[in-house]
Amino acid sequence: MSKDAILGAIRRGLKRGPLPADQRAMLEGRLATHPRHLIPARSRLPRPDQVALFIRNVEKEFGTVERVPDLAAIPAAVADFLAAQNLPARLVVAPHPELEAIDWSARPMIERESRRARDGDVVSLQHGWAGVAETGTILFPSDPTRPATLNLLPETEIVVLRASAVVGAYEEAWDRLRAERQDPTTGGFMPRNLMFVTGPSRSADIEQTLELGAHGPRRLHVLLVEDEAAPRMATTAEARAEAPVQPGQPAAPGD
Amino acid sequence: MVQVTSPAFKRNAAAALDDPGLQKALGKAKGAFLQRRAAAVAALPEFETLRNTGRDIKNHTLANLDFYLETYAANVEKAGGQVHWCSTAADARAAVLDICRKAGARTVTKGKSMISEEIGVNDHLEAHGIQPVETDLGEYIIQLRHEHPSHIIAPAFHLNREDWEAQFRLSHTDLPKDRVFNERRDILAEARTRLRQKFLAADVGITGANFLIAETGSSVIVTNEGNGDLTQTLPRVHIVLASIEKVVPTLEDCTSLLRLLARSATGQDFSVYTTFSTGARRPADLDGPEEYHVVLIDNGRSNMMGTDFQEMLRCIRCAACMNHCPVYGAVGGHAYGWVYPGPMGSVLTPTLVGVDKAGHLPNASTFCGKCESVCPVKIPLPKLMRHWREREFERHLTPQGVRSNLALWAWFARRPSAYRLATRLGIGALSLLSRGKGAFRWLPLAGGWTEGRDLPAPEPGGTFMARYKASQGARR
Repeated sequence: MSKDAILGAIRRGLKRGPLPADQRAMLEGRLATHPRHLIPARSRLPRPDQVALFIRNVEKEFGTVERVPDLAAIPAAVADFLAAQNLPARLVVAPHPELEAIDWSARPMIERESRRARDGDVVSLQHGWAGVAETGTILFPSDPTRPATLNLLPETEIVVLRASAVVGAYEEAWDRLRAERQDPTTGGFMPRNLMFVTGPSRSADIEQTLELGAHGPRRLHVLLVEDEAAPRMATTAEARAEAPVQPGQPAAPGD
Repeated sequence: MVQVTSPAFKRNAAAALDDPGLQKALGKAKGAFLQRRAAAVAALPEFETLRNTGRDIKNHTLANLDFYLETYAANVEKAGGQVHWCSTAADARAAVLDICRKAGARTVTKGKSMISEEIGVNDHLEAHGIQPVETDLGEYIIQLRHEHPSHIIAPAFHLNREDWEAQFRLSHTDLPKDRVFNERRDILAEARTRLRQKFLAADVGITGANFLIAETGSSVIVTNEGNGDLTQTLPRVHIVLASIEKVVPTLEDCTSLLRLLARSATGQDFSVYTTFSTGARRPADLDGPEEYHVVLIDNGRSNMMGTDFQEMLRCIRCAACMNHCPVYGAVGGHAYGWVYPGPMGSVLTPTLVGVDKAGHLPNASTFCGKCESVCPVKIPLPKLMRHWREREFERHLTPQGVRSNLALWAWFARRPSAYRLATRLGIGALSLLSRGKGAFRWLPLAGGWTEGRDLPAPEPGGTFMARYKASQGARR
């Protein structure tokens, strides 16, 4: 059998048989404690600065961020964004309880459907599970309330993310995932699909020059809900200081 | 399977140097990679320390590779996936075809995967009536042109914008002939529309894996376009192709390597999409594949364990080595004659296809050492290329002329007084012949050198040893 042949060849190379019980136990211990390695200092900041770093990094990667006071402010923020971008007033919305609880009565013109995304959907409203300040990355664990297709098929993705869900480094998100989630089917904490999204889709395959909007969304807009008591910080000016490579300029390629 | 043309490296390289289109493309692309990586590395003060971490994680995993592979496979199955262990490329092709047939597949979409190139999945599927469609933009045009990737992360590195336009006009015949591509984004938009229909129609999606995680049984892909995610989300069946050295123990281990990968590869802090897939669609999910298969491939890697080349199994396929290589920069990827070009290819190709076929590759190096200095997992690439040269010599694969000249040099090198005498005579003769001119355009027995460049003539003052002696004397 191939499995035995492969494992046998590896062990021959390592000049040993199967691992003895004590060494197995040691490795199982390492898996169970999953030790962290060096975490870059850049995200170890006081709380408001951490959120500011998240915003700066989303913008550096060509995403956009709007801070809103609470979930009640979402309909107006969505309507303004759609109008400003000249997009149709039609959304496919993640069937997430937080999004379903939003009262849209003040914006009756916006059509909404709660479902997975299909071809032809133009704008999605998705629920962000966590943000990582280190690189401006948003995490989307798939489940019935957060279909993965919403991150992929529409040309524009709008993400509702609580500021309290922004962490410094990826490792903090892993800890939260392990603590908070258990899949009823597998018993594990990993969802079927967990996307780390950093900015809108892009490619540099044509002459190593960056263009936005390859196969996924061309626009990624984050509505950051201020659910923390901490004071707000003005950050947009700082964000502009770090000049990123603009679309159309030479850049290294994508995948 | 990709034809091995590595034995013709010298001819390939000469042709590449004479190809104006290729030289234009290489000239445009080279600088961008270097600048972007340098900027990303400069912005992360911990980068050098993280390289040690990356090396150590991979070394720990390889030292316990059997344990981590078994743990990984058990966890894939716990999450509702299936693992297909494959010793050879032929086993892996058969496993993929079998899954596709059982799924009744007619078309298969594909995310970018180098192991897929290595085992030659596309030709095999096509030969059995199943249409594979590459969806990474670079891979897509390569497939339309019936070529192979010339770079491991930028498959169309060798093409110019004109090539894209020409190929799209040739292949997309249902679109108006007089359409205009004003900008690069017009090319991108046409491909997006085309491929969207393919994503929706496909029965099976095949991706590679940047990492496999033993702790959770997850596979990880890293992309910027989103094509890999559409490939693994929309069809009913998802197949992951992964070689055995992709496994790492935990999410934390993977995270540290991810901090190195994008910065080393494209100079991004993080790629746009880093996606962890764990098993098949869960009962209440609204999307995702119903079947999740991992085709776990050895294809020669277990033979590298315990040898000098085990270190090569740390490679995370970032392409920093080829981006910084003066030889790759001059001839591009196709000249190397197989799937993996550049310094990592010069080490890996002989292990996978044989040093008898790929012996030129470890010789195609100036040993400038840049590849090792940028490698995120500190693979000593020049040292490994030297190991290949030694093995080549031991196995009498080195050409006779090289062997006899080396033997002659060795005779003198072991006899210092004879060596000094010979060099003194040689330099004296060359000085006389040059008649004060700075360089030779032609010299008997040195055609191999003077054909491509001038040979500098020795300056007056004698050999290094003679000058050194004189300077020591002057000091006293």
